[in-house]
This record gives sequence, C-alpha cells and structure tokens, in this order.
Amino acid sequence: MSYIGRRLARAILLLVGVSALCFLFTEIAPGSFFDELRLNPQISPETISALRSHYGLDQPLLVRYAHWMKSALHADLGYSIAYNVPVAPLLWSRAKNTLLLTTTALVLTWMISVPLGVWTANRRGGLLDRMVSLTGSLLISIPEIVIAVALLAIAVRWRVLRVGGMMSADFESFSAWAKLQDLLLHLALPAFILVLSETAIIVRHVRASVLEVLGAPYVQAARGFGVSQTRLLFRHVLPVAANPAISLLGFSLAGLLSGSLMVEVICGWPGLGPLILEATLSRDLYLVIGGIMFSALFMVGGNLLADVMLLALDPRISREGTDAL
Amino acid sequence: MRSKTFLSITGLVGLHLILLCAGFFAPYDPTAQDRELPYAPPTRMHFEDGYGFHFRPFVYAWTTSLDSDQIESYREDRTRRYPVHFFVSGSSYNLLGGYRTTLHLFDVESPGKILLFGADGYGRDEFSRVLFGGQISVAAGISATLIALLTGGLFGIVAGYFGRWVDEVLMGVTELFLSLPWLYFLLGVRAFLPLHLSTLRTFFLLTGVIGLIGWARPARLVRGLVLSSRHRNYVLAARGFGGSDFYLLRRHLLPEVSGLLLTQATLLVPRYIAAEVTLSFFGLGVNEPVPSWGNMLATLQQYNVLVSYGWLLAPACALVVTSVLYSSLADMFHSRLKSYST
Repeated sequence: MSYIGRRLARAILLLVGVSALCFLFTEIAPGSFFDELRLNPQISPETISALRSHYGLDQPLLVRYAHWMKSALHADLGYSIAYNVPVAPLLWSRAKNTLLLTTTALVLTWMISVPLGVWTANRRGGLLDRMVSLTGSLLISIPEIVIAVALLAIAVRWRVLRVGGMMSADFESFSAWAKLQDLLLHLALPAFILVLSETAIIVRHVRASVLEVLGAPYVQAARGFGVSQTRLLFRHVLPVAANPAISLLGFSLAGLLSGSLMVEVICGWPGLGPLILEATLSRDLYLVIGGIMFSALFMVGGNLLADVMLLALDPRISREGTDAL
Repeated sequence: MRSKTFLSITGLVGLHLILLCAGFFAPYDPTAQDRELPYAPPTRMHFEDGYGFHFRPFVYAWTTSLDSDQIESYREDRTRRYPVHFFVSGSSYNLLGGYRTTLHLFDVESPGKILLFGADGYGRDEFSRVLFGGQISVAAGISATLIALLTGGLFGIVAGYFGRWVDEVLMGVTELFLSLPWLYFLLGVRAFLPLHLSTLRTFFLLTGVIGLIGWARPARLVRGLVLSSRHRNYVLAARGFGGSDFYLLRRHLLPEVSGLLLTQATLLVPRYIAAEVTLSFFGLGVNEPVPSWGNMLATLQQYNVLVSYGWLLAPACALVVTSVLYSSLADMFHSRLKSYST
C-alpha cells in the first residue's frame, strides 16, 4: 500500500508544482486581460483598477497564490473574467466531453494496438507485420494536425460522418436511441483521428516489448516443454510484456490530451480545447490556469490508474515495494 | 539502405535550399493580392494549342464566368497564350536576408499569372506563400530545437554530472514539464504573452516558448547518458590524472552526448515545425499577412473552403514532405547509434 501512497504524494506534489509554475508565468508575463479595456475610452482608469482589485490582480504574487491555493482546496478555481462565472463548473461541463472523447479514443486505441502488437511480434517479418510497421512509421511522421485536417476534409466532402459540435441542432427531439446514434456519429471523426495517430505509436511499443519477452530464456524453455503457441503468448508472454505497456498508458495520455485539444478545435467538439483556446485569445487568466490544472489532473489521474494496474498485475512491485520503478 | 539515406539527405538539403531562396523560386510577392482572382484554381501547364506543339510551356489566364447555376467559376481564356519564361525579373525581394534583387526562376508576361498551387481567398499566389511560409515555419522549428537542445543538454549534463541534490531538483522540474500535455502547456504559456506583436517578435516568442517547453525530454536523455558514462573507466582515469570538471565535461562527456543530441534534433525539428503550425493555425502564432504554414491552413477552418478549394491543402502537403524527410533521417541516425552501441 505504501507504493500507492508514495505515488499519491508524488501526484499531489506535481499538481502543486504545476500551479506554482502557472502563477510564476503570470508574474513574468507582461500585459493582462485589462489591456484591451484600457484602450476603450468609455472605461475610466478607476473602473479598471477597481476591477483589478476585485479579481485580486493588484496583490503580490505570493498572496494571490496563497488565496488561489486555499480556494482550490475547496474546488474553487477562481472567477472567469470574460464569462463572469466561476471557473470550476464551466471547466467541468466541458471537461466531461473531453473525457468522453479521450476515454473512447484510449479504449479503442488499446483494443486495437494490443492484439495487433502481439500478432505482429508473433509473426515477425510477415506480411501484416511489414504492412503495420510501414503504415505506422508513415503515420508517426505525419503531423497530427495534417491528419486531422485531411480526415476532416474527407468527412466533410463525402458527408460520411456528422461534423461540427457534439449533437445535431434538433437533438432534444430525438428518441433515446436516435440520440445515442447521433452522438456516436459526431464522436466518430474526432475519435478516429485520435485513435489513428495514437495507435501508430502504441503498436510499436507493444510489439517491441512482446518481442523482447519472446526472446527470454523462460519462454524458450516453455516452448521446449511443448506449450502451445497461443497459451505461450497469452499465459506466459503477455503478462510480462504488459508491464512496460501499462507504464506507457500514463505516458500516452499526454499525447492523447494534446491531440484531443487540437482535434476538438478542428472538429468543433465542445470539450476543454475550444474553451482553453478562447481563454487564451481573451487572456482569461484564471480560466487558463484552471484548464491547465484540469489537464494536469487528468494526466496525474491516468498515471495513478496505470500505477494501480501495475500493482495489481505485477506482483514484484507489491512484494519489493521500494526499488521497483 | 544507403540509397535511401542519400535520398533523404539530398531531399532535406534541397528543401532547405529552396526555402532559403524562396524569393527566387517564388514568382510573386507572398503578400501581393489580386482581387480579381480569389480562390483561383491552379494554373494548368500547356504544351499544345490549336496550332501545334510548343517546346516552351505556356499558360492561359483565368477568366470568371457564371455557369448555369449562377455560380462563379473559372475558365481558361484561350485567346492569348502566356509562355513561361525563365530567369526573368519581377517583384523585388531580399535574397538570403540582404542582397536585394528582382530575379525569379520563372514567370509569365504581365496580365497573365502562373499560379502553380492556385490562389487563396485574397488572390495571393499559394505557391509563393508556401515557399515563404515554409521559411518561417521551418526556421521556427529549427530555432526552437536549438533552444530546447541547448537548455536541455546543459541541464542534463549538469544534473548527470553533479548528481545528488542538483540532479534531484532538476529532474523534479523536468517531471513537472513532462507531466503536462504539451499543447495545453503551450496555450497556457502563450496566454500570458501579448497577442499582437510584430512578426519578428512573434517569431522569437514562439520559438522561445516552444523550445523552453521542450527542453525536459532531451535533458532527461542526456542526464541518463552522462550518468552512465561518468563512471566509465576512461573518465575515471582522466579524473585521476587531475582533469578538472570542465575539462572532463568538454573532452569526454560532450562527445558522448553529441550523437544523442543530433538524433534528438532530427526528431524534434519536425515536431516543433508542427507545433508552430498548430499555434499559427489557432491564431496564436504568426499573424497575417505574413505567411506561415499554420496561418495558411487556418483558412481551412471554414468548411466550405475546405471542401471547394482543395489546393489550399498545399501547405499541409509541404509539412508532410518535410516531416517525412526529417523522420527518415532520424531513423537512419537511430539505427546507426544502435549499431555503434552493440
């Protein structure tokens, strides 16, 4: 259990570090949200300074950070200047959509890449292996934004999928079944873009780790004892090969979240991405910080999940405790 | 294998030369608008007209006409041929930053226009814009890589060499940087910086931000390598003979790291070009009218443009070519490093 405890402490430390980094940047950066207001002759300087003190921007960095920390502990991430509402509920309403998109993509990616990785490692040099590695290296070298734009162009031109937003305009009038169908049709394109670019990376890693285990002496011994290939793969190789693959899960989440931000903006999926982009464009300080904190929270959560899975699957960790990983 | 390497290196050198001398290869000024030709399709090259075959290719001018559905469409005006001339003088530009000249590789006579990749919504030549935009995007990628590798390499060497609390603090910081999805981070940092700046300042800002966010990964890799080679016998021997820290770093550890840094560079450049493109695509990078691959692609955010004017995907194709060339080079470096170490 101390393993999970240590991981948790580390996660919290990371979150604190990220927030400190954010506040440090706000201090270094010149200009603020109110710069645009200052150009407006109808708004007096007194109003602006009143607003500044209202949002606590006139206080020194450490005081602001302490205030923010204190309220963040009560799940209050401050007030959005542009939307004039608390940040946390606003972010959460969008974060749900991002979570839907990323978890769908994550699950699909792993459901595709694990069998594909095991298969290509098993039949190394075969037709499928060569095809997968060729497509994979091509997909890895093509930037994600190009994949997204190209697939969007195809989807829009041939009208295969619903593009833009998360649901059709007359969504409320649909029956429950039609609602689900509509949602899935909207989800398909952004999820597909993410799955395509992520799978290319993950298959590679799964294949490499399976290959490494396949060469191990104990696998050869098992083969010598006459264990069938299927049983060998799934009973002897996969559990060992799963360890690096699961560590990869947390890592792949970073790529997925970045990718999802971009894909959301391009496909008009109402997740965190478009919100953060708007906040960036309007320099909505607390909203941006809140968005970064949310993404960090997802990352940390994903990593913790991977740690728990590792603990459950790899007995070495719980037994040794200290020096594993 | 060798021919593939040769191919990718030649391709890369060629690409950078073309981008470096964009003004020479581009027939027009990238910001010159032509209100008569919004979204003009790519000009077709012809060798044959009603009178027979011509060795010098020629083009026809585009004229707009309303078709049966009352939609404006472009048709070739076949009444006059515009032969393509090479090494002609046109708009003036700065070659390699300083030398002012008007020499262009190719152009056609004045009322005619040669639009190899068509035109964008303002009637600007897409081909010229791809070349000039590539200058900015690729330069941004390369400088951001330099920044990331310099800071990452420095911190990595320091952390790996001095170890103990220096190592722990630095690696803690890298973990902080790595634990954030880079795009969120990038947007976050960008949010605190002024939005509208001169092109030059935007460029430095962009490269600085991208590079400073990216330093963590090279730092970790370098640190690992330094950590493992610090205890090699020849380093220990050199230390025993009284070599100073600086001498050991410069003479023994830096060469060890340089191969890794080179491989990282080929990996990072396309990634950072894509980062610049993404930021400019979102309207947070280089601003119009100065072209960059990102803000050129940004027009495709309108669905009707995306569907009707496919040639505006040209910057995306250029980006793909660049990335593929760089990553094939990275593959080569990677396999060479591997064959050295085993």
